[in-house]
Amino acid sequence: MKGLPPVVITAIVLVAGFAICATQYPNIASTRVVGNLLTDNAFLGIVATGMTFVIISGGIDLSVGSVIGFTTVFVAIAIERLGIPPWLAFVAILVICAAFGAAMGGIIHLFDLPPFIVTLAGMFLARGASFLLSTESIPINAPIYSTVSDFALRLPGGGRLTAIAIIMLIVIAAGALLLHLTRFGANVYALGGSRATTALMGIPVGSMTVRIYMLSSALSGLAGIVFSFYTAAGYSLSAVGVELDTIAAVVIGGTLLTGGQGTVIGTFLGILIQGLIQTYITFDGTLSSWWTKIVTGVLLFAFIALQQAIIVLARRSVLRRAGATS
Amino acid sequence: MMARLPRHGLAQILALVMILAVDRMVSPQFFDLRMQDGRLFGSVIDVLNRGAPVVLLSLGMVLVIATRGIDLSVGAVMAIAGAIAASLADSHSLPLVLAAALGTGLICGLWNGFLVAVLGIQPIIATLILMVAGRGIAQLITEGRIVTFTSPDLGWFGAGAILGFPAPVVIAAGMLGLTVAVVRGSALGLLIEATGGNARASELAGVGTRLMILAVYAWCGLCAALAGIISAADIMGADANNAGLWLELDAILAVVIGGTSLFGGRFSLLLAVVGALIIQAMNTGILLSGYPPELNLLVKAVVVLAVLLLQSPRLAGLAGLAARLRGARLRLKGAKA
Repeated sequence: MKGLPPVVITAIVLVAGFAICATQYPNIASTRVVGNLLTDNAFLGIVATGMTFVIISGGIDLSVGSVIGFTTVFVAIAIERLGIPPWLAFVAILVICAAFGAAMGGIIHLFDLPPFIVTLAGMFLARGASFLLSTESIPINAPIYSTVSDFALRLPGGGRLTAIAIIMLIVIAAGALLLHLTRFGANVYALGGSRATTALMGIPVGSMTVRIYMLSSALSGLAGIVFSFYTAAGYSLSAVGVELDTIAAVVIGGTLLTGGQGTVIGTFLGILIQGLIQTYITFDGTLSSWWTKIVTGVLLFAFIALQQAIIVLARRSVLRRAGATS
Repeated sequence: MMARLPRHGLAQILALVMILAVDRMVSPQFFDLRMQDGRLFGSVIDVLNRGAPVVLLSLGMVLVIATRGIDLSVGAVMAIAGAIAASLADSHSLPLVLAAALGTGLICGLWNGFLVAVLGIQPIIATLILMVAGRGIAQLITEGRIVTFTSPDLGWFGAGAILGFPAPVVIAAGMLGLTVAVVRGSALGLLIEATGGNARASELAGVGTRLMILAVYAWCGLCAALAGIISAADIMGADANNAGLWLELDAILAVVIGGTSLFGGRFSLLLAVVGALIIQAMNTGILLSGYPPELNLLVKAVVVLAVLLLQSPRLAGLAGLAARLRGARLRLKGAKA
């Protein structure tokens, strides 16, 4: 167990799962399927990157799904009903989302409230706001939408790496750099390790909290834009329950839910595992989509149990060392 | 002062009265009651009737939150229990149907309790597992369809009446009475509060904290199953996708409105029920007023935030500081005079 970080276990599960799927349905191991898998889960990958930061910092963000829904409706209305140029709508929604996240982070820090309940209120607020904007699905016909959805890099073997998949890969790469190579990233880990210690070390806990939730909400906004590219529509009920899929992906990716440990790349692998389960179910044809939920639940349990075992083992070895020195 | 009000429940009861008064303004017939086929009808009865599932959920949730926990899976457990009850209703006798559905809820609760008490997993995560997988399990039971039944025995739980009151209301009131009697009539409530206040200290003082935690999650599962049976009986069918969807959030909201601290250690069963009725009175009021029901979510968000800010230890500290300053100033004035 020791020396085998959770992310490696995630990678092994993914490779093993892929191998099992590929022996049963050889067609799964093609760039077409893999390309589609990346496209279908592009928005999930982007949200999950933000969620990884939040969870490593010891928090949780339940509002992401609603923010995605709000973004799709806002973008659709701005472009189709108000005639605002798409790029301006995108900038506006990203700013709105960032401000929304900053407000949640601010409330969490200023009033010392559990992130879970504050972001729950945020979830109600964003979903309610999108319902108020429109309860119907609004199709988006702007030319940029067809341009973007037509764009794709050809992969060997006939697969297509679509624009939104590329956006996701860029976000994940940038997220990994930000988390692992910058001072901001180091502070995120410190915050998840211990809030009090971090504050005593002179790291501005308040502004870090605000910025972390800002990042998560802004990335949810970006995911919402990507989602609107994916469906070419804005709908207030889109992305319901995505927060759970996202948290599940982050946990399966080996991030510790109590904070302080985790990687963006693990989250990416977690997303791929969920995508793989869905792909398998599609290939099988006789299984219903609810098997996805059950298998995800089982995986979630397995990884949480694993984390718990690692924590207990680590605590025991610390105790033993303490016993040896005294 | 504001921070102390919720303890006595005055704030919640005032809020409920105010919301009912607004409902009365929106719809003048709000308090009208009429008797039909031996059952009372009217908007107030409707609030009680529609609120019954959330009342049941919050009865379980309030005890879980008192131990510093949370149960996100109650909506999924409702779906599972409803699915089981609906699929067995037409082929088996009522006692067996009830036993199967309630037993499943109990098992779900014990599973959650096991994860939290024995494996030591954070409650929000431990119950997330069942929240994700539970709906899948419910769909497994209904085979992805909406299962309908015709059994009038089970249907009584949704449409029946006792002394003119709808069955769900009577059941919820009975469960409230039972819970209050058991928890507050014995030392159990105190032990639960001790567990939430400081689990380690309670453990050292001889409280069986693990057993307490296991018991409250099991109770929560049981209440959720009962709520699931009522919801299924109400529509004479089980919809695994939508039964109890987002009701876990309503239940948590009801408990929080009821002044129970999310940090554990103190709780009020009665006020949690008042909280659930406040939510339902708002829902009904918005429906009656003709505003889009979507407004509901916004109103809920504002209410959660307001209640949270009132509960916030930081804000209570500021209020205390302001009061002390005022007191000091008064004393100064007194000294000068």
